[in-house]
Amino acid sequence: MKRQARFELDEKTLMLIDDMVDAERNYLAERARQAELEGHDPEPVRRISSRRHFLAAAATGLVGAGMLPKIVQAKAPPGAMERPVPADAAKVLGTPTGDDAGYGSRSQFESEVRWRFPTPTKESSWTMTPLDGSLGIITPSGLHFERHHGGIATIDPHKHFLYVHGMVERPRKYSMADLKRMPSISRTHMIECSGNGLTEWTKPTLKTAQGTHGLTSTSEWTGVPMSLIMQDVGVKPGAKWVIVEGADAAVMTRSLPLEKMYEDAFLAYGQNGEAIRPEQGYPLRMNTPGWEGNTSMKHIRRIEITDVPYQTREETSKYSDLMANGKARQFTFVMEAKSVITFPSGEMKLPGPGFYEVTGLAWSGRGKVTKVEVSANGGQTWAEAQLQDPVLPICHTRFRLPWYWDGKPAVLQSRSTDETGYLQPTIKQLTDVRGTNGPIASIYHLNGIQSWAVAANGSVTNVHQY
Amino acid sequence: MSINTRKLLVAAGVAAVAAGCATNPQGTHLDMRTAYNGAPLNFGTTPTAAELSKFFSYPPDGRGLPAGSGNWEQGKKVYEQKCQVCHGDKLQGVAGMGEALNGGRGTLVNNDPKKPPMKTVESYWPYATSVFDFIKRAMPFNAPGSLTDSEVYAATAYVLAQGNIIGKTEVLNAQTLPKVNMPNKDGFVPGDPRPDVK
Repeated sequence: MKRQARFELDEKTLMLIDDMVDAERNYLAERARQAELEGHDPEPVRRISSRRHFLAAAATGLVGAGMLPKIVQAKAPPGAMERPVPADAAKVLGTPTGDDAGYGSRSQFESEVRWRFPTPTKESSWTMTPLDGSLGIITPSGLHFERHHGGIATIDPHKHFLYVHGMVERPRKYSMADLKRMPSISRTHMIECSGNGLTEWTKPTLKTAQGTHGLTSTSEWTGVPMSLIMQDVGVKPGAKWVIVEGADAAVMTRSLPLEKMYEDAFLAYGQNGEAIRPEQGYPLRMNTPGWEGNTSMKHIRRIEITDVPYQTREETSKYSDLMANGKARQFTFVMEAKSVITFPSGEMKLPGPGFYEVTGLAWSGRGKVTKVEVSANGGQTWAEAQLQDPVLPICHTRFRLPWYWDGKPAVLQSRSTDETGYLQPTIKQLTDVRGTNGPIASIYHLNGIQSWAVAANGSVTNVHQY
Repeated sequence: MSINTRKLLVAAGVAAVAAGCATNPQGTHLDMRTAYNGAPLNFGTTPTAAELSKFFSYPPDGRGLPAGSGNWEQGKKVYEQKCQVCHGDKLQGVAGMGEALNGGRGTLVNNDPKKPPMKTVESYWPYATSVFDFIKRAMPFNAPGSLTDSEVYAATAYVLAQGNIIGKTEVLNAQTLPKVNMPNKDGFVPGDPRPDVK
């Protein structure tokens, strides 16, 4: 399925999408094959995973092409430890306390992993969160989606400093200890890559919710408000922008409006109760709530206060939205209201008519989700779903709705409304305004309604229905 | 100021922050201009000029651009040694490696879902300073930050000349780089018009 290489930028992206389709197909085929080995339905209702999948895969050496990390070759799935499984756990003593050396791991029977988008280099690449298996609103730190532009930096926090300079009264160099001494806050926010769903603009392409929506994740982040830093350095009159810079090999820079620093941006050193993971920018990252993920600069080492945007590569040639008229929107930061049904979703199979709980995630970069509606007939009629409390602003919001499936073909959709009154649009409503400048249109900021078709045999597939 | 007064001020600051949390479950906006009214924390140190000199970022007006210079001919050597393996001998890009750097003019106006636009330095990038900044910052991919400033000027000149944006004899330096007229310099509309669907 390799496209003829024409070596053009967006041809390259298209080739990546082809590779992703191939990789996802291989992953699903491998999953089905392993399930067959175990003698159960190759398309489980939920993705109930088994350590035996991995043992079988390791034994035969037939792990799906590049989709599963190397660690799969070990006895236990990533993040788990191999333990002997007794016939009756009530009849033998379990693992000694402290046998994990003090840091726990997940069950060896759980094997959900991030998928790596098969970019040519592993240093400039991204992985997607398995949303279809998600429970509640928090993404485990080890499943938080990733985007790297120059590999995952390994940084000694004792040698990491944050420089704040430019149009300020008091330029500062802060150590991590300095930052941790400051007044701190914790916020539970989603971060979404503005490229989330880029394969889905003009036709249904990837099969699973992980593929179509896996570039969004939610963590509790802890750190220092940027407004405090701004006050500490004393911003000079005339300053309007800040340039933020990472300490990884991409040395990435973005220009951000100064006002965001006063409004709600913060520097995070904590994630879900512990230090942020290396993949998320250890030891320090920016968090710009509700804005495209690229602006939450990882491994941040420098903030320059200035008067104009610097027009960096990432805010001109990338992360700009090319319209049909040839003009590109720039500095489109906000991630608009969006939602996706995670169960049932693509590649699952309902065993038969009857009761199901339809559930999914909704979010908005502009604040709280106030309403999520679900349709089982492709958007002709809608029913309001229940939202899991507490509903937090700029955060994944879990919705649930009981559904009795009559066994006839159905198209499941969800749409969210946020506190500004904005209603999640259809994909067509978006392309009617933005045009379709090529197969992946304007690439970024697709927040259209996702459709999952349920066939009479219970199988669920990604479709476009407006 | 007595120690007691200090404690009181600190306590007042904390109270102000806490009061701000009343209206939403995660706390309101964190505007310390009103929540905190104390003096600077005096944490950290003042960075030296030498420390700050290792950093750079160049806006379109070219302020801060370093000394050094380069042209097409010098850039050709740099390109062939450091860039070509990923970006191709004609800057056309290499499948599975670097992006195309030239071509694509006239492909941006397009509403065809089957025909991709071709976004390159030549067709899409609005500022030459961004090209210089990015090469100096992050290229070559496997050895970022390894080029001298003159090599970066030269590589930039080569890419721009191959894209027919400047002439092969033009010299790029701190004065000339910001004056380069990129073909798509008017192609970007700042500001966010969304929501598109109301």
